[in-house]
Amino acid sequence: MSKKKEEYEDIPGTWVFDAQRARKGYHLNAFLYSLMKPENREEFLADERKYLMKFPMTEEQREAVIARDWNRLLELGGVSYALAKLAFTDKKSYQYMASQMVGVTEQEYVNMMLAGGRSPDGWRSKSERGE
Amino acid sequence: MARIIAGVGTSHTPAIGAAVDNGRTHEPYWAPLFKGYEPSKKWMAETKPDVAIIVYNDHVNAFDFKIIPTFAIGCAEEFPIADEGWGQRPVPPVKGYPELAAHLVQSLVLDEFDITIVNEMQVDHGLTVPMTLMWGQPKEWPVRVIPIAVNVIQYPAPTGNRCYNLGKAIRKAVESWDEDLRVVVFGTGGMSHQIQGPRAGLINKEFDKAFLDGLTQDPERLAQIPPIEYLREAGAEAIELVMWLIMRGALGDNVKEVYRFYHVPASSTGVGNIILEAG
Repeated sequence: MSKKKEEYEDIPGTWVFDAQRARKGYHLNAFLYSLMKPENREEFLADERKYLMKFPMTEEQREAVIARDWNRLLELGGVSYALAKLAFTDKKSYQYMASQMVGVTEQEYVNMMLAGGRSPDGWRSKSERGE
Repeated sequence: MARIIAGVGTSHTPAIGAAVDNGRTHEPYWAPLFKGYEPSKKWMAETKPDVAIIVYNDHVNAFDFKIIPTFAIGCAEEFPIADEGWGQRPVPPVKGYPELAAHLVQSLVLDEFDITIVNEMQVDHGLTVPMTLMWGQPKEWPVRVIPIAVNVIQYPAPTGNRCYNLGKAIRKAVESWDEDLRVVVFGTGGMSHQIQGPRAGLINKEFDKAFLDGLTQDPERLAQIPPIEYLREAGAEAIELVMWLIMRGALGDNVKEVYRFYHVPASSTGVGNIILEAG
């Protein structure tokens, strides 16, 4: 059972949060949503694995949370706005999270944005990048 | 008769709210942005609308993933401010207009827009940052607000055309409300940005400028932009711009552009602002 490849799957460096990904990420995102409450943030930080066991997500998802493997979390169905709550729990910013996804330091990311951001040229399709 | 007198398009980047809340608006990073919003703020202070219909999206705060309404309307007396993970923004609660919201619900559903009714709802930066940009830091907001929340988080968001037509239906609904009210409609979010994956930080100034031009001159064309074009050309999160088309649809055929401003960056976002008066 599968669906035909969607046009947006050809966009490089991007995991569109579509219905299939949302389905896979449901419990992961429920965990992230729980971090809106300060007492949950504390409990999570005290023993991450124990807290994660409360949510019926996959072991792969749990490991990606503990490793703060942001791109893997996107791939496994995490949505960026929910992932941001994990970054905030670590007292980090949106820009920090984005820099980690890009693979640069936060300051390098901030500098790229100050210089006008990333041009779409060369980032429109996987095929033009030979991916 | 209630009338829609104008539309406001604006980005709603959370960092903008944080800059105001933490008194950092005069810092070199932020000063050009807030200077750019001054004329809009002045326009709003002179225009003094009675009601603002604010089209925005919730960012996994009021709605978790249990229920994802494509279009939802806030019908409450008051909307508390959400704690998004870093504490509540220090802004007053948002006052609603339940009577007019109830009227909008009836009119929209009979007009075949099956909008979800929300009687209790917290509001997040998507709604409060535009209010801060336009009204500053008052003790109480000088306007009653009807929030319209649009799903732009889980793909697909409603199409631009659907949004544009919802705007037209909102206009019809407002004009059938028998009370002298001056109403502004906000379209918020965007402009170009992507905050996920190795492609994060994407900005497309040409796309953003063409979008601002199209709002004034050719909204019918904008309404035909397919979702893939927003994603590919302006970043995964630029799909938020469909919410500006609800605002534009609510203004009728002819508009007068009063002001526009564009600035890069606020955090990861190309920030746009436009004021359009209904013809």
